[in-house]
Amino acid sequence: MLSINNLQASIGDKQILKGLNLEVNAGEVHAIMGPNGAGKSTLASVLAGREDYEVTGGSVLFDGEDLLDMAPEVRAAEGIFLAFQYPVEIPGVSTTNFLKTAMNEIRKHRGQDPLDAVQFLKLMKEKMKLVNIDQSLLSRSLNEGFSGGEKKRNEIFQMAMLEPKLAILDETDSGLDIDALRIVAEGVNTLRSPERATIVVTHYQRLLDYIVPDFVHVLYQGRIVKSGPKELALELEEKGYDWIKAEVEASV
Amino acid sequence: MTPSYASYNEFKDQLLAAFQSNEERMNGESKTPLHQVRRAALHQFDLLGFPTIRHEEWKYSNVANLLKEAFDLDNSSSLTADDLTPLQIPNLDGNIITFVNGIYRADLSRLVSPAEQVQITSFAEGAKADPDFIGAHFARYADYQDNAFTALNTAMASDGVVIRVPANTTVEQPIILRFITDARERNIASQPRNLVIVGQNSEVTMAESFRTLGGRTSFVNVVTEIALERDARMQYYKVQDETDNAYHIGTTQVNQSDNSHFYSATVTLNGNFVRNNLNIVLNGQHAEAFMYGLYMPNGRQHVDNHTLVDHAMPNSYSSELYKGILDDNGTGVFNGKIYVRPDAQKTNAYQSCKNVVLSSGASMNTKPQLEIYADDVKCSHGTTTGQLNDEALFYMRSRGIPKDAARTLLLYAFVQDVVSQIKIQPIREYLEGVVAQKLGQ
Repeated sequence: MLSINNLQASIGDKQILKGLNLEVNAGEVHAIMGPNGAGKSTLASVLAGREDYEVTGGSVLFDGEDLLDMAPEVRAAEGIFLAFQYPVEIPGVSTTNFLKTAMNEIRKHRGQDPLDAVQFLKLMKEKMKLVNIDQSLLSRSLNEGFSGGEKKRNEIFQMAMLEPKLAILDETDSGLDIDALRIVAEGVNTLRSPERATIVVTHYQRLLDYIVPDFVHVLYQGRIVKSGPKELALELEEKGYDWIKAEVEASV
Repeated sequence: MTPSYASYNEFKDQLLAAFQSNEERMNGESKTPLHQVRRAALHQFDLLGFPTIRHEEWKYSNVANLLKEAFDLDNSSSLTADDLTPLQIPNLDGNIITFVNGIYRADLSRLVSPAEQVQITSFAEGAKADPDFIGAHFARYADYQDNAFTALNTAMASDGVVIRVPANTTVEQPIILRFITDARERNIASQPRNLVIVGQNSEVTMAESFRTLGGRTSFVNVVTEIALERDARMQYYKVQDETDNAYHIGTTQVNQSDNSHFYSATVTLNGNFVRNNLNIVLNGQHAEAFMYGLYMPNGRQHVDNHTLVDHAMPNSYSSELYKGILDDNGTGVFNGKIYVRPDAQKTNAYQSCKNVVLSSGASMNTKPQLEIYADDVKCSHGTTTGQLNDEALFYMRSRGIPKDAARTLLLYAFVQDVVSQIKIQPIREYLEGVVAQKLGQ
């Protein structure tokens, strides 16, 4: 589904991704771990199309198409979803209105008719249960005055509504207490299916107790330096990242 | 180089001469107290002259271009109801009072409220029918000592509307004043004058709409005086949607008694040069004033809002929110003065002005001015001017909303807390339509 080949990206003069390779197939959950500053959030941002980053080399294919050539909204319409580490507050636009606009834009892109109010509300009710989110929250301005947990749940709610092919969770666990973490993870797990894939970007292993990955990758200095099964996450939790850094430096 | 003010004097002389020739045609009327006020105002206008940008209050709003235009001061018009069709606001009910080039047009007006709820007359009729009433209120609120345009309006005002709401009355239907400038054939200058007296414990909703037909230059210099007696409540909306050849200078002067409430929204959609003065004197305890404003100059439009809240008595409250979206080479000015007099203890006064600048050619000047002479007050003010939030744009795009739609949605959300203040639904819907159209470009 997603094929990243020798991806290089920089912000300003600083190169952050330095030749990253990753293959993600439908049905898989990949965890990207790594120390601070390794480039985890950069990877998530580049995949979603954030314009602050400049791709200086390599390629990304999504279902065989050149992802890097697409505007962020086209990527969304093609099935990419980024759950933000810091969801943005948008005064004056309710989550409901926002999502309705987004869904219908995506449907337009796909040549589908827009959802009418009844269909939309029905879908919303169904997905609200999934992440235990309250109607009153959705009528308020998007993310404005939401707690950290509410913002993250709202991200997962949006994901549930938009049903992406590839979901990228950028440090979704940061700032969550254990109950919120569980709700978020359940939401993500419910959406797992053979047709979809998920990339979980996280600093800590904790989230992976709830969203069990098929593969774990360690990102360090802009490259994936180690990949392994889910047990790799436990090893990292236990031993930290220093042994990985030592391995990388020894191989240079 | 010293600027030449020849055009300033030329127009001034023309206006002074017009006053004189009017006066000569009067019989006994020139002796009336009302005319004496006019004469005093004319004298003041003569002394003040038109303001230049050296005048502190006109620093960012230059009337030089207006004064280069030629006006023949003939305000007759052949306009018919059919000509107004494109300017209709759908589904708008209520009392619709139409002025064309500043002159009341009974044939284009419709009064629906019963006389026991409200008395609405043209200024010219009102001055004849009840000169004592007019004399007791005319120019008693809007000070013409320092403002040349108010002085000019006071001197020249021939028509407009007089609205009297008796005590303990709710005027159920809104009163819509439509000021149409017919600039299809020649340049038009008009000076409407309105007087609104809301009696004790009464309530009224009023809107002033300014439109221009035709491509010639129009100049509207309007003054509206509003007095709210004890416990009176008023919703007041001023909506400007004029052409790129329209000059508008207006003053709304409000005097509030004890426990009166005044809610206002001033929305400037289009116009070449717009200056709105909104002056409120909270002349009673527990009086409350709410002021909302929206302006969205693009092209080469210029919109200047000057507001003044004078807290003259204790325990009064004012709250102000003005918002602007500036595009192309549009320019904006916000000058918000809050004055708290020594006696006005326990005053609460809040002011906020927020602007989004969409292009490098657009600019905004904001100036909050707080003068506080009482010590037990709560006052705050804040102004922000920035660009559209890139993070918010990216967030929306990442959910599938194309850039232009995201931009429009964000801007539309930005103006909502002003537009939603308009409680006359057909007017609000019309505004939403024009705003959406203007933002969607």
